Amino acid sequence: MKQITVPFLVLLAKALSGATVRWVDCQPDICQRVYFANHTSHLDALVLWASLPKPIRALTRPVAAADYWRAGPVRRYMARAFNALLIDRKKIKIRNSPIDMMIREIGDTQSLIVFPEGGRNHTDQMKPFKSGLFYLAKKRPDLELVPVYIDNLNRVMPKGEFLPVPLLSCISIGAPMWLESGEGKNDFLKRAEEAVLKMKDH
Amino acid sequence: MDLQDSLRRPLHTFQITKTQNGSSLQHFLATIQKTAAAETPVAQPALLDFWTTVMMLGVLVGLTILLAIGQFLKRQPESNFDPAIIRNFNKRVITWLTICVLLVMSLLFNKIVTVVLFALISLWALREFITMTPTRRGDHGTLFWLIVGFTPFQYYMVAMNYYDLYTIVIPVYASLFIPGRIAFTGDHKRFLERSAKIQFGLLICVYALSHTPALLYLDLVYWDSEAQKHMPWTGKTAGLLFYFIVVVQVSDMLHFVWDRLAGKHVIASAINSTKTWEGVIGAACCTALFGMLIQFATPFTWYGAGFMALVISVMASSGSMTMSAIKRDRGVKDYGTLVQGHAGVLDRIDSVCFAAPIFFHATRFFLNAN
Repeated sequence: MKQITVPFLVLLAKALSGATVRWVDCQPDICQRVYFANHTSHLDALVLWASLPKPIRALTRPVAAADYWRAGPVRRYMARAFNALLIDRKKIKIRNSPIDMMIREIGDTQSLIVFPEGGRNHTDQMKPFKSGLFYLAKKRPDLELVPVYIDNLNRVMPKGEFLPVPLLSCISIGAPMWLESGEGKNDFLKRAEEAVLKMKDH
Repeated sequence: MDLQDSLRRPLHTFQITKTQNGSSLQHFLATIQKTAAAETPVAQPALLDFWTTVMMLGVLVGLTILLAIGQFLKRQPESNFDPAIIRNFNKRVITWLTICVLLVMSLLFNKIVTVVLFALISLWALREFITMTPTRRGDHGTLFWLIVGFTPFQYYMVAMNYYDLYTIVIPVYASLFIPGRIAFTGDHKRFLERSAKIQFGLLICVYALSHTPALLYLDLVYWDSEAQKHMPWTGKTAGLLFYFIVVVQVSDMLHFVWDRLAGKHVIASAINSTKTWEGVIGAACCTALFGMLIQFATPFTWYGAGFMALVISVMASSGSMTMSAIKRDRGVKDYGTLVQGHAGVLDRIDSVCFAAPIFFHATRFFLNAN
């Protein structure tokens, strides 16, 4: 079943989003990475995941909100189909840290797709990043952090709409970055935001 | 052997007939047509005749030669041509070869296939246009209905030959629907501008282009100079469609050549610094001559074919100027460059879009059978 639905979902995502994928200063690689992107549409995770080359896709897991993706059988099925890592936003505690869970889940083979803005954003401005990316980088300094800018997907399916308009979108993938030694949380997050925005104008 | 008869015969009979009369191209094609008809449960009247076939083969051979020239020039290590021009030339030739091959294939099957082909081109062009045009969140519902509603409906009406409907649905009903639907979302910012943009995109990408496959459904007469009156035209409208497409493309090409060779007076440097008056006039005159040359596939007299080609050429020039103006306003060079990697369908069909309704109505006005 999964062998049929996954290619179908990938094809559907590509057709609806008409996404062009630009690898700017970065090449597709199966090394462990964290792709972090701006978040404007429900389709973001699916489209970004679908636009990765197949061998990379098989090793990459989008991090998504459990309250959204566990609601209803279709969403549950889709989350399972693209191997999403579901995080319960309501139960974030020190003991049950989502960062530890992510690190545990990916082991030393898998990559992640995260949206550090924390939620979908329907203004033109990007929201400030949450600190998760920083702690992830601190605990696993070997992970390549890859900035991604997703353009125009919010027009394909904006917040609150459930009927997509198949326009053309563009996904720009930028140069990998790492946490510098001694770099503070705010400086790092600022740098990460700038890296994503740089892809917007690239 | 008539069509009804052919439906009852097994396939191998045709193969025998084909080999016996293989020398005649016309008969060969007629046989293929009948074989195709025999394979489908519903018999379709043949869309092709001898002159249409000559036209199509001529175009395909011509484009293949151009493709070969383009590829040859690309491989030259040192040439006098700008590599960007050669790249552009190759891209155009490949696009048109693809479209012509698809068109020939669709014409061999059924008119409906051609209509569907144009509907898909329209959808892609509209997608490019809207992507480039800033719309707001409140326009989402409107855009959805244009893509799933008005566009397929327009082509459905073309396929059903509802002339009275497909000529007014988009200019009248859609232009009322668009502002109405936007108003219901409550977003009033730049209201007129947004409705106008969406309406314009629909008009150019869907309405205008849909007149190209509509040519296939025309029922025409021709001027018989001996009898001194109009007689029913027995040629195939597929030839007319091909005449139109070829003339637009030749006009574009001649425009480019005239701009390069004789261009002095730039029309509007703020919009497009390469388009000149010499290009427009030279292309129009040469295209008219070319139109007379390929008059054989159409119901027009030789001067009629020349006049139609002239009109098409002028409309094609204004089409590419208009689209250049929009692109310049949005600060992009090609519709394709906005989203890299896409061919930019709208860049290729802008001249077709502008010329199609005029050519359709002019033909219908002068030569409609009813």
